[in-house]
Amino acid sequence: MLSPDILLAGTINGLLTGAIYVLVAVGLTLIYGVLHIINFAHGSLLMLAMYAAFFLWRSTGIDPYLALPLVAAGGFALGYVLYRCVIGRLSRGKDENILLVTLGLAIVIENAALFFFGGDTRTVEVSWAAETVEVGPAFLPLAKLVSFAAALALCAALGLYIARSDTGKAIRAVARERQGARLVGIDVEATFAISYGIGIACLGAAACLLIPSFYVAPTSGHAFVLVAFTIVVLGGMGSFLGALVGGFVVGVTESLGGLLLGESLGQIGIPLIFILILLLRPAGLFGSRA
Amino acid sequence: MLEVRGLHAGYGALEILRGVDLDVGAGEIVALLGSNGVGKTTLNNAICGILRPTAGRIAFAGEDITRASAMAIVASGLIQVPEGRRVFPDMSVRENLELGSYRRGRGRRSANLERVVAVFPRLAERFAQKAATLSGGEQQMLAIGRALMGEPRLLILDEPSLGLSPRLVEEMFALIGRLNRDGLAVLLVEQNVVESLAIARRAYVLENGVFAMQGDAVALAADPALRRAYLGM
Ligand SMILES: Nc1ncnc2c1ncn2[C@@H]1O[C@H](COP(=O)(O)OP(=O)(O)O)[C@@H](O)[C@H]1O
Ligand SMILES: [Mg+2]
Repeated sequence: MLSPDILLAGTINGLLTGAIYVLVAVGLTLIYGVLHIINFAHGSLLMLAMYAAFFLWRSTGIDPYLALPLVAAGGFALGYVLYRCVIGRLSRGKDENILLVTLGLAIVIENAALFFFGGDTRTVEVSWAAETVEVGPAFLPLAKLVSFAAALALCAALGLYIARSDTGKAIRAVARERQGARLVGIDVEATFAISYGIGIACLGAAACLLIPSFYVAPTSGHAFVLVAFTIVVLGGMGSFLGALVGGFVVGVTESLGGLLLGESLGQIGIPLIFILILLLRPAGLFGSRA
Repeated sequence: MLEVRGLHAGYGALEILRGVDLDVGAGEIVALLGSNGVGKTTLNNAICGILRPTAGRIAFAGEDITRASAMAIVASGLIQVPEGRRVFPDMSVRENLELGSYRRGRGRRSANLERVVAVFPRLAERFAQKAATLSGGEQQMLAIGRALMGEPRLLILDEPSLGLSPRLVEEMFALIGRLNRDGLAVLLVEQNVVESLAIARRAYVLENGVFAMQGDAVALAADPALRRAYLGM
């Protein structure tokens, strides 16, 4: 049997990874909440952002954590333009079309990455990434601690922005009442593009936090999109708080599953959560709509 | 102030409005009457830039707004309180009101907030509550309050009495009268013919995509054809 110390260490590790999952899932849930579609391009855009962080590091030597504002801003710009020029235009306001367009985007981005970057996995070596810090019974990688704090700070900042700013209020208004939003003079199309941009900016930030302790390859997005989708379903589609709680639950489940059942069998935890939540509470923990 | 000429509008191949002419002058209450499903909301939405007209011309305060965006129309002071209220359900009463000044009147937001609260004291008691938790009457007040936050020059009210108790319907019409006495022009869309004709100066009756009757509200109220068709007399 595993000792409590190992379980505790596993839990802490899961929480640390969970915070990055939260960031990825917050982007997905925000896009869902406003556009009412699953952004199938989420994983491939995360992969693209990881390549951006990688190439920035390789060409200029800039630490991915320092490149975060740049990659996040780039993510916002890319998301905004993608919505304006591709998604919004091709879907002509029909939600079900948006879904197909994002699926098409995912396929294009992944194949383009394979073509331009090759199939090799790439890693970033930052000198301090290997350092560990002793927290209770666990020796935790410094990189993971920093990314944990940064991910939570970013989520809090985004939460405040959505709650307080006029743009944030417009986003929430459009999410639940498009017609009402039009009638107070909100630019609904621009709000869609801004929301999509913020969702992709979250990916940009997550990519920078992930890459020092991970790797990137053209298929890197797959694992994360499944995880993020599970989190969003668990927390409740479109719920910010749900993404937060769901991210930590999934992070810990994954980490403890790996400890108890081994690396590969431990992966069963995530689909299991997915199935259980669909059976027991299809609206998710904090979902208002089924 | 509002000038609609030869307006055609519909949904795809389905033409709902087949050439309507309508005017609202400064300071007027004009009633737009007609049975359910005849196209009153369609006309509102065409005026407000939500629905593209297929033909005709709309001008507001001397400017052509036929092809203007909903945003530009709100910015010019033509503001609609839609059928079914369309308040933001998961946002607080205060946030709903604040969003009323998203496009217009933003600089005077706090002064206007006080003004709206003076009109609807009940909203002040519910400031922090989510709009979805309000009663139907309160939601209607909120929808009107939100529109007032945008400093309308012409207010379009789409069936404001729908779903309200008879006492609240009385209050609603009294309120519309008060707002109008302060100088606000109102286009009042209603199925409540008697009350509407009582406060309006002029009225239009929509039937089969055109105005079957129009004119002075007092004269219309006495018109035997109208009384037969809409009041069952
Ligand atoms: N979005 C829409 N698509 C297709 N038909 C519609 C749409 N909205 C309304 N209609 C139809 O247009 C007609 C007029 O509707 P509406 O303008 O809402 O009438 P009213 O407001 O007078 O009750 C109705 O027959 C309705 O079924
Ligand atoms: Mg109607």
